[in-house]
Amino acid sequence: MTKQVKQLDRVIIRFAGDSGDGMQLTGDRFTQESAAFGNDLSTLPNFPAEIRAPQGTLPGVSSFQVHFADHDILTPGDAPDVLVAMNPAALRANLGDLPKGATVIVDTHDFSGRNLSKAGYTTSPLDDGSLDEYALHQVDLTGMTVAAVKEFGLSRKDAARAKNMFALGLLSWMYGRPTEATVDFLTRRFAKVSEIRDANITAFQSGWNFGETTEAFAVSYEIKPAPMSPGTYRNITGNLALSYGLVAGGVQSGLPVFLGSYPITPASDILHELSKHKAFGVTTFQAEDEIAGVGAAIGASFAGTLGVTTTSGPGLALKSEAIGLAVMTELPLVVIDVQRGGPSTGLPTKTEQADLLQAMFGRNGESPVPIVAPQSPGDCFDAALEAIRIAVTYRTPVLLLSDGMLANGSEPWRVPELSELPSIDPAFATGPNHAVDDGDDDFWPYLRNEETLARPWAIPGTAGLEHRIGGLEKGDGHGNISYDPANHDFMVRTRAAKVQRIAESLPPLEVDDPTGDAKVLVLGWGSTYGPIGAGVRRVRKAGYRVAQTHLRHLNPFPKDLGEVLARYDKVLVPEMNLGQLSLLLRAEYLVDAVGYNHVRGLPLKAAELAEAIGELVAQAEGVDVDLTPAPQEALS
Amino acid sequence: MTDTASPATTRKDWASDQEVRWCPGCGDYSILTAVQLLMPDLGVRPEQTVFVSGIGCSSRFPYYMNTYGMHSIHGRAPAIATGLAVARPDLDVWVVTGDGDGLSIGGNHLIHALRRNVDITILLFNNQIYGLTKGQFSPTSEVGKVTKSTPFGSLDHPFNPLSLALGAEASFVARTHDLDRQHLQETLRRAHEHRGAAFVEIYQNCNVFNDGAFDTITSKQNRGANLIPLVHGQPIRFGDEGERGVVMDDQGRAAIVDVADVGEGALLVHDEERPDPSLAFALSRLAPGPTAPTPVGVFRAVERAEYAEQVSAQLAAAQTDAGPGELSQLLTSGGTWEV
Repeated sequence: MTKQVKQLDRVIIRFAGDSGDGMQLTGDRFTQESAAFGNDLSTLPNFPAEIRAPQGTLPGVSSFQVHFADHDILTPGDAPDVLVAMNPAALRANLGDLPKGATVIVDTHDFSGRNLSKAGYTTSPLDDGSLDEYALHQVDLTGMTVAAVKEFGLSRKDAARAKNMFALGLLSWMYGRPTEATVDFLTRRFAKVSEIRDANITAFQSGWNFGETTEAFAVSYEIKPAPMSPGTYRNITGNLALSYGLVAGGVQSGLPVFLGSYPITPASDILHELSKHKAFGVTTFQAEDEIAGVGAAIGASFAGTLGVTTTSGPGLALKSEAIGLAVMTELPLVVIDVQRGGPSTGLPTKTEQADLLQAMFGRNGESPVPIVAPQSPGDCFDAALEAIRIAVTYRTPVLLLSDGMLANGSEPWRVPELSELPSIDPAFATGPNHAVDDGDDDFWPYLRNEETLARPWAIPGTAGLEHRIGGLEKGDGHGNISYDPANHDFMVRTRAAKVQRIAESLPPLEVDDPTGDAKVLVLGWGSTYGPIGAGVRRVRKAGYRVAQTHLRHLNPFPKDLGEVLARYDKVLVPEMNLGQLSLLLRAEYLVDAVGYNHVRGLPLKAAELAEAIGELVAQAEGVDVDLTPAPQEALS
Repeated sequence: MTDTASPATTRKDWASDQEVRWCPGCGDYSILTAVQLLMPDLGVRPEQTVFVSGIGCSSRFPYYMNTYGMHSIHGRAPAIATGLAVARPDLDVWVVTGDGDGLSIGGNHLIHALRRNVDITILLFNNQIYGLTKGQFSPTSEVGKVTKSTPFGSLDHPFNPLSLALGAEASFVARTHDLDRQHLQETLRRAHEHRGAAFVEIYQNCNVFNDGAFDTITSKQNRGANLIPLVHGQPIRFGDEGERGVVMDDQGRAAIVDVADVGEGALLVHDEERPDPSLAFALSRLAPGPTAPTPVGVFRAVERAEYAEQVSAQLAAAQTDAGPGELSQLLTSGGTWEV
């Protein structure tokens, strides 16, 4: 049978099942296949905080969304074109996100009795007509998997567990994905248990063959590779890119990396990853608590290594006092906050960017800390290097704000050449820097570099530079305890000025304003870069003018930010919080920033953002805005 | 850790130029003097030495030592010192803390530093009161203590610092006091020589808020009758004529007896190297508080794998096995493709 092949420019697939169904692995393999094929892609894993919520229930549903295309894309997509639902709960939990007409592939095996009621269905949605508006494919994935792997003699339960690979095989056929890498992966992953290995590979191949032979699926699809600039690419998640950035920062600065950390979702993977890289001299220390994690990192920095601590919002709260100590002692320290939903324990596995003000102000006293934020999973690499550059050059703690979406999401990443990486000079103090009244040479630990206002970093083991630092106020220059009122005022201002001085080293803000005369600017930070970019594209595609810029540095702001803001009539600031960057911009620049704020634990949606941008464009330009795409010639 | 080839130093090399600002008559002065005088004897160098402290009166100590030092935040000195010692095993790292800093706000870090057995020397100045905050009860204050925050008497059952350290399986546990420089220095010398986390409780008089708390046992006239010196390999006995001693009773408890009643042969022979901590623990429970005959000296000194050394060994092994890390190789690990 020859089947029809249809061309598509992009597809969004969501794999959904029970927490124990292996949906994250399935999604990850599909992503790897798509990356290897050369599509651009973006992913969104979404899973419960419970390791194994009760089977078959709505709280136990885990999903993985992958958006892949023949062109440059920015987000995991708003609404799936295809839903693969492994049980009734997965169908019920995800159906609301589907547009009418979407393809729904359902494993029919569990659509009976108790499994239906556990998901809250009184009748089977497969029979009651409630799915009439979708392209429904009913497939007994579990039954066919068990039959396909019969020869390996597994228990029924173990045999059924390979159903995710059957589903992966089917979807791989539908979208013409290369399969070799998945077979290799399964071979390696289950190398020690041959019958499990063989069952998974067989299930995967059976799924492919089923797609090819069954009449239920008449069409397969082709999504051509996306054009990308030349280079070596790999798929990478934010947490992995961040870990690599930290390793690279150690190499580029010549400083051994010391990570003091306490496990916390969604940051733990950085600890796991860095613990593998002892060959790079990376030490990982799993501390007794969050405070000990940052404390040990501060001790390691005082010792002359690169102290790093990783956490999420609740952990950052616990580390506040110690970060203040690093502000006072002016030691390099990199603090990574992979933000999640808050307050308190909040939504541990969901994304949010509501720790900006905590990062900015969450310490006692005037306690300025530079803040940087990555904008995409791959960008976490560069953001980590930038955080290290600032920490080492300016002798200061630096906060890096990632989030759950960046941490677990992935995208193709062009691997940089080593020559592209910045070199970072620790410039340890080697001798006295000051002559005292009697003419003797002395070492003053708080005598500053005039350009950066950084103090010398003199490390133990250096004879003649012995000195004491601590949390009490320092006298300017000599660094001994000082209660002098004028000195305190001077030191408070100097610490603030030092952080502001970082702006001198930043490049001008890149503003994307293709026509050069837009009246509306959309300004964001962090992981909203993708949705904002996609929203801006929709507005432009419909024939309207809009400018976009995105902040890497939240403290200090780039020097030209005020000037950029002043160029536009309206400034829209989309954030996954209730307007934290808006607050800072309003305070600093007296600009009437308009917030677009959602805190749903999920990325912003490009389509909704486009509407919000459109409204502002309508106000600013005094026109009616219709976002139905205009014909090409209407674009100026 | 001890560099015997180092040029000799004198007390002057170890004293900083900062004016010491404890209350006149504070026990901290005698501990500072004892340490400054001891350092030249240890054959170590100021630049290789780091003193780390938390918050409290005792935690001002690093400012007065001409070494590297950090006066950090409340309770966290063991954590900061752990990072230092792990990052730089070549350094000689000391922690100075008090009963509030080390046992109250920082209790967690203390027990974890002890169980990991990081090579740091921890001096816990125990004055059984909060000094810097002006006189509230501490976690070692006796029940019923009347203080500013407990006008009707404290209800808190106190920690026994040595029992706590032994419970955390500290490999070196000792006790000394601020009125006997020789005993103090000898105890600190032993703690410094120990490879691993060494815990020393120092009874220290706060003459402003808790004056005389240890007089019953540490004053010159009472010492003979009420301090029980622990000497490795020797029967445990005390008293001006050595007339009293310690035995293990049939319940496994240490008990004080008249030697004349039981005979010299029945006395407990001190063994600080005993692998299980039960003997040391029994001795730590001998006195209900510093108001009755109390053992001083080294309770426990056993060999146990040191943490920083093992961290270094893992790093070295990884580099030996795989060679030093290659960044470009790391970045392209996993599947890549060319465009």
